Amino acid sequence: MVNLWQKIRKTGRVAEPPPPKEDGAVPEPAAAAAAELGGSVQIRHVDAGSCNGCELEIASAFGPVYDAERYGARLVASPRHADALLVTGPVTRNMEVALRRTHEAVPRPRLVIALGDCARNCGVFAGAYGVAGAVGDVVPVDVEVPGCPPEPEAIVAALRGLTGR
Amino acid sequence: MSLTQTAFGLALGLCLAAALAAVLLPRTARPAATGVLTAAGGAAAVAAGVSAAAGERWSAWLPDLLPLLGVRLAVDPLGGVFLAVTGAVAVCAAIYGIGYTRHGLAGRGVQAALPLFVAAMLLVPAAASVSTFLVAWELMAITSLLLVVAEHHRRAAVGEAGLWYAVMTHLGFAVILAGLAGLAAHAGGDAFDEIRAAAPAGTAATLIFLATFAGFASKAGIVPLHVWLPRAHPEAPSQVSALMSAAMVNMGAYGIVRVGLDLLGGGPAWWWLLVLGAGALSAIYGILQAAVAADLKRLLGHSTTENMGLVLIGVGAAGFFAASGSRALAALALVAALLHVINHSAFKTLLFLAAGSVLHATGTRDLDALGGLRERMPYTTALFALGALAASALPPGNGFVSEWLLLQSLVNSLPEGGVIHAVTMPLAVGVIALSAGLAIATFVKAFGVGFLARPRGEGAANAHESPPAMLGGMLLAAAACLALALAPTLLLPRLSAAVGGVLGAPATVTGEVTLRLHGIASTISPLLITLWLVAALVLVLAGLRLFAARRARREARLWDCGAGPMTARMEYTATSFAEPLGRVFDNVLEPESDIDVTPLKESAYLVERVRFHARVPDRIERRLYEPVLAGVAAIGRGATRLANGSVHRYLAYGFYALTGTLILLAVIT
Repeated sequence: MVNLWQKIRKTGRVAEPPPPKEDGAVPEPAAAAAAELGGSVQIRHVDAGSCNGCELEIASAFGPVYDAERYGARLVASPRHADALLVTGPVTRNMEVALRRTHEAVPRPRLVIALGDCARNCGVFAGAYGVAGAVGDVVPVDVEVPGCPPEPEAIVAALRGLTGR
Repeated sequence: MSLTQTAFGLALGLCLAAALAAVLLPRTARPAATGVLTAAGGAAAVAAGVSAAAGERWSAWLPDLLPLLGVRLAVDPLGGVFLAVTGAVAVCAAIYGIGYTRHGLAGRGVQAALPLFVAAMLLVPAAASVSTFLVAWELMAITSLLLVVAEHHRRAAVGEAGLWYAVMTHLGFAVILAGLAGLAAHAGGDAFDEIRAAAPAGTAATLIFLATFAGFASKAGIVPLHVWLPRAHPEAPSQVSALMSAAMVNMGAYGIVRVGLDLLGGGPAWWWLLVLGAGALSAIYGILQAAVAADLKRLLGHSTTENMGLVLIGVGAAGFFAASGSRALAALALVAALLHVINHSAFKTLLFLAAGSVLHATGTRDLDALGGLRERMPYTTALFALGALAASALPPGNGFVSEWLLLQSLVNSLPEGGVIHAVTMPLAVGVIALSAGLAIATFVKAFGVGFLARPRGEGAANAHESPPAMLGGMLLAAAACLALALAPTLLLPRLSAAVGGVLGAPATVTGEVTLRLHGIASTISPLLITLWLVAALVLVLAGLRLFAARRARREARLWDCGAGPMTARMEYTATSFAEPLGRVFDNVLEPESDIDVTPLKESAYLVERVRFHARVPDRIERRLYEPVLAGVAAIGRGATRLANGSVHRYLAYGFYALTGTLILLAVIT
C-alpha cells in the first residue's frame, strides 16, 4: 500500500496536455445527435471480430497518457448503460446477431462508432468466408474512425467530436 | 373439574384414540381418522396450556399407573406455555399429515407412532416428578426415533441419521437421568414439590445442573451436541420434522428452565454465563451452517440450532440477571426467550411443512435442483415466503418482536454484574445482530433460489400444488405467524405471568397495541410498524405508477449478452449464492473443494472431463466426533479378536470362567 502511494507520488501526472479541439472529426448529424447527451457519452465496446489491434489502441486512448475520460467519454459494462456502441472488426457470422441485439439493447438516442478499417469496409478480411459484412451492413453507423489500427489521437478526436469537449 | 384438567385429559385421550384408530382402521381411512383425532388432541392441549398459563393450575397423582412411585402430573403456567405450543404444532402437523401419505407413510406403525409422540411431548411439560418426567422423556425419544426412521427403506441416509439420533438422544437421556436421580436422592423425594423445598446447593447442585444442562442442550440441538439435528430432522417425514424442530427441541429449553431456574432455584452466575455462551455459539454456528447449506430441510435444521441458541441466550441472560439481583430484567429476558420459543415454533412449523410440500411435489430437497416453483406452486411459495420473512427477524415478521425484546433486555441491563456483565452483554448483542443478518441472507437464499426464477431440475419443472389437507396445515401455521407478528400484545401479559411464577417477579410487559416494558423506557408497537410499512409501500407503488405512466414505455428484449436465450444453468444456485459467505467465514467453516481432471488416454494435455466438487463439512463433527467414533470402532474391531468363531475357544472361555468362579467362591467362603 505504501509502495503504491510512493509510486503514485513519484510518477506524477503522465497525461499529455489536451490538444486543441479539431472541428469536423465527426459528421454533422452525429454531432447534433450527440449534443443531446450533454457532453457525457457512455460507451459500450463490442468486438465483432477484430484482430485486437483496435482494442490495444482503445486501451491506450483510455489509458493515462491520452486519458479520453477527461473529455466525458467513458467505457461501461453493459449496452443498457450506454449511449454509444464502439464496434471494432469486420462483423463475423457468429457476432452478427449478437451485434444486432446489442444495438437493440442500447437506449435511445443511440450512436454507433465503427472503429478501424475492418469495421468500416472489412479491410483485409473483405470477402472472407466467416465475415458477414462491415458494421454498416448490420447496424446504422454514425461515426467512422479510419486506420488499421487507428491511432489513439484519432480515437480521442472522434470521441471529443461526440462529447463536444 | 377445571378447564385445564378436562382439556389436558381430553388431549391425551384423543392422542391415544388416534393411535388406536391407526392400528385398527383400514389403510384408506387411516390417515384421515388419525390426523383428525390427533389435531383435536392438539387443540385440546392448546386449550389446556392457555388455561394453565392464565393461572388455572392443576395437579394429580395417579399412584397405580406406574409401579413404585406412580405418575405425578402438574400443569403450571410455565408448563402451560410449552403445552400450548406443542399442541398448536401438533394441530398443524396432523392436518398436514392427512395429505402427506406417500411412500408407505400411511402404514400402521408410522400413523400410530405420531399421536403417541405428540402425547409424550404433552406429558413432558406436565410431569411433576422425576420418574414421570423421565418416562415421558424416553417415550418422546423412542416414538420420535421410530418416526425418523419411517422412510429407511427408501434412502440409506435415513438409517444413518436414525443411528446418530438414537445414540445422541440416549446419551442425553443418560446424563439427564443421572442429574435428576441425583436431585431426587438429595431431596429424598421424587416429586418436584419436594425437590423445590429441599434444593441442593454447592458442588452437588453444580454437578446436577451441568449433567442436566448437557442432556437438555443435546435435545435442543445446542453446539457442540447438535450433530444429530441436521441429520435427523431432514430425513424424517416432513410433518415429523415440523413436530421435532418446532416442538421437541423446545423441551430442551423447558428442561433447562425447569431444572435450573425452578427446581435448583437459580444458582451462581457462571452457570448462566455457560448457558449464554453455549447459546451464542449455537446461534452463530447454526446460522453459518444454514447459510452455506444447499439442502432445504438441512438448512431449516441448522436454523433450528440457531434459534434455540437465541432462546438459550435469553435463558442464560435471565439466570444471570436473577443471580445478580435484577429480577425485572431477568423476567424480561425470560419472557423474550419464551416468546422466541413460540415464534420459532410457529415459523419453523410453517417452513418445514412448506419444505415438505416442495419435497412432495418435486421429489428433491436440493436447492440447486429447485427453482421456478412460484408458477407451479403459488400457495406453497407464498406461505414459505411468509415463513422466511418471520425467520429472518425483519419488522413485519414475528421473529422480530422476540429478538427485539431479547435485545432490549441485554442492552438495558444495569451495570450491577461488574466487569463480566460489561463484557458479556455487548458480545451477546453482537451475536444476535450477526445471526439476524446471516439469517436474512439464509432465507433470501432459501426463498429466492428455491422458489423463484426458472426450474433447474426435472422434478421442479414437473412440480404441482399440494393437496388441500397439506395446504390447510400450512395455512394454520401461517395464521399463527401473522397473529404473533401483529398482536403479540395478546400473549405477552400471560407470558409475563408464567415467568413471574418461575422468577418471583411482577409482570414486565404490558400494553394493548403498544408494548411497554416495565422498568425500561422502551415501547414498541408491531401492529403500527406493520401499518406504517404497508402505508409506505402503497405510497411508493402509487408514486411509481404515477411517475412511470408519464413516460413512454418500450417493450424490449431481456438483455442476455446478445448470446441467445438464457438457460436455467445460468441462474444463481444455492451453492453459488453462499460461496462469498463461505469465503468470508473461511476460518470458521473451512469449506473444502477439489478439482478432478481426467485427461484423454492419448495425451495428458487433452482433457476428457473436469469435475469440481465443493462441500462444507461440519467442523465440530469432524474434530470432536470422528476421533471418538474411530476410537470406538477400533475397540470394537479389537473385541472381535476375542470371538473369532472358533468353538474350541468359546468352550475354553466357558471352562475358564467356571473354574475361576469356583476358585473365587472357594477363596471367599
